[in-house]
Amino acid sequence: MSRLTAEQVTLAYDQRVIAENLSVAVPDHSFTVIVGPNACGKSTLLRALSRMLKPAAGSVLLDGSAISSQPAKKVARTLGLLPQSSIAPDGITVSDLVARGRYPHQGLLRQWSAKDERIVRESMAATGVDGLADRCVDELSGGQRQRVWIAMALAQQTPLFLLDEPTTYLDIQHQIEVLDLCAELHEEQGRTLVAVLHDLNHAARYATHLIAMKDGAVVAEGAPGDIVTAELVERVFGLGCQIIEDPETGTPLVVPAARRHRNRGGRAVAGQASGEAATTAAS
Amino acid sequence: MSATVKSGQETEQRRTKGARRGRRAGAARRTRTVRTKGGLSLRLEPRALWTGLLLLALALAAGVALIGSGDYPMTPAEVIATLTGGGDAGRQFVVQDLRLPRVLVGLLVGAAFGIAGAVFQTVSRNPLGSPDVLGFAQGSSVGALVVIVFFQGGGFAVAAGAVVGGLVTGLGIFLLAWQRGIHGYRFVLVGIGAGAMLYAMVLYLLTKANIVEATRATTWMTGSLNGRDWSQVWPPAAVCAVLVPLLLCHGRALRMLEMGDDAAAALGVRVGRVRVVVLIAAVVLVSVATAAAGPISFVALSAPQLARRLTGSPGPNLLPSALMGAALLVAADWSSQRLFGADQLPVGVLTGVLGGGYLLWLLATERRAGRI
Repeated sequence: MSRLTAEQVTLAYDQRVIAENLSVAVPDHSFTVIVGPNACGKSTLLRALSRMLKPAAGSVLLDGSAISSQPAKKVARTLGLLPQSSIAPDGITVSDLVARGRYPHQGLLRQWSAKDERIVRESMAATGVDGLADRCVDELSGGQRQRVWIAMALAQQTPLFLLDEPTTYLDIQHQIEVLDLCAELHEEQGRTLVAVLHDLNHAARYATHLIAMKDGAVVAEGAPGDIVTAELVERVFGLGCQIIEDPETGTPLVVPAARRHRNRGGRAVAGQASGEAATTAAS
Repeated sequence: MSATVKSGQETEQRRTKGARRGRRAGAARRTRTVRTKGGLSLRLEPRALWTGLLLLALALAAGVALIGSGDYPMTPAEVIATLTGGGDAGRQFVVQDLRLPRVLVGLLVGAAFGIAGAVFQTVSRNPLGSPDVLGFAQGSSVGALVVIVFFQGGGFAVAAGAVVGGLVTGLGIFLLAWQRGIHGYRFVLVGIGAGAMLYAMVLYLLTKANIVEATRATTWMTGSLNGRDWSQVWPPAAVCAVLVPLLLCHGRALRMLEMGDDAAAALGVRVGRVRVVVLIAAVVLVSVATAAAGPISFVALSAPQLARRLTGSPGPNLLPSALMGAALLVAADWSSQRLFGADQLPVGVLTGVLGGGYLLWLLATERRAGRI
């Protein structure tokens, strides 16, 4: 079952067509990750799914009806988005920013219910920013700030949550922190997550449903263990590689072929390459 | 040894900085919530509320002082007594017919400039995005000068010309800046360009004018509250009565817009529609206000920033900006009368001088904060 689907959509910025006749269904209660090389249209697809971009043709359906024809606030109570870049207003505190996530549940005469207050508190606790509640957002680190934005989207209390490159500009420790948080939201709260990620290994480790895109089309989709093969990586990214088992999780781990092997045009020697990979994983 | 001392000092500095920030954040955060059994709830920020009340009191006090000053001075008590129906016929005439309209025009025009400035600055996400900078003042001036120079029109015709000039300028900037919706940065840039071209037209019109017309045009362009009567009160009053509540209803959506278009849209704000509605309302407010008092400079630029610093609250601060605009303009008018004598110095000169200083300060602080 899929509450959120794109049916035969054509996505374009002005005259520049990014994708044509694209159909995607986000499985309910999945952690869906979209991967692909730069400019393959993955972020554009996410923008269309989150109604930030209106398809030139076709439509994005939420619960069976076109997302663009539904009231904006109603959609915002079902589907949340963490945009690639947001601006924290000058001098705003963490709790005030998280509280803004309650906007779609509020009105001119219902500005701040007891429920709003509880949910804001819970969202901050879930993302581990409750200790920062009174701090100004400007003075936080990149990782903390990203968690605050996620807390804001959580406070929206939507069953569907879309994230556009949530780990960009974060160092590795914070990348894992954010992805662990996403996995937690997916597993413990049963939310459907859709994320665009750059790192194929992160995608293979965290996704329950992987969508690989190239040139505006879906090349493969399914469970990472089923679809991530050396052939697929070669076809999508044009990169020779080996796939080994992630020693931590058993998910596919992509090991790019070393330069000297690529230059020879052949595949890396199996034993040598997996030995290198094991060293990398251990360190 | 010296390294240890230095790092100790650094930690100390960091700690005090942190504490200062913590206090500031704590002060900004304190909110009060009013809830009813029926599920209605209002969120209030006491500091913003007190700031608003203080500004309102200030604006009214400046108004009373302004009514009391002039060739026939009155004490504030006498003014209030006369306003509430007391006093003799002479006083009634001076207050009700001569001076009250001037104060009301000042309050309304100031409020309109203040709230419109807050809207422009929020939508453009830029403290410099104000109607002075965006060419609306110049557009209104062109409209007014066309009437003065080519048609030798009276006061009402000049005001109508200014309204038309302002609205046409707004429409032009909208059309030129429109690109699948209105975007803040583009709007500011197009506005600045429009302002430069319109100013050239103002200069051209002045060269076409004879000396009497040119004097009249220059006086109008300075912006003044001298000699306002009741006929000049009603247009801004009507427009404010409709558009100020409309804008206040959009205040919460504007607050979300500050976080970027995507973040606001994700929260259910219809970004495109909200932006067009509030900008049209702001353009109409500025045009009508300019028609009533001339393009009084810098009120729209400075009122929202000053209001924001006083309330300590992020967000457009629409109502505090309106009240700040009203207080600023009437206080400036009163000061110019006290300092330079009745009707000697048009209020626009004083706001220009104060506003220029403010602008320099703003540029300096923004530069220090690394934003420009």
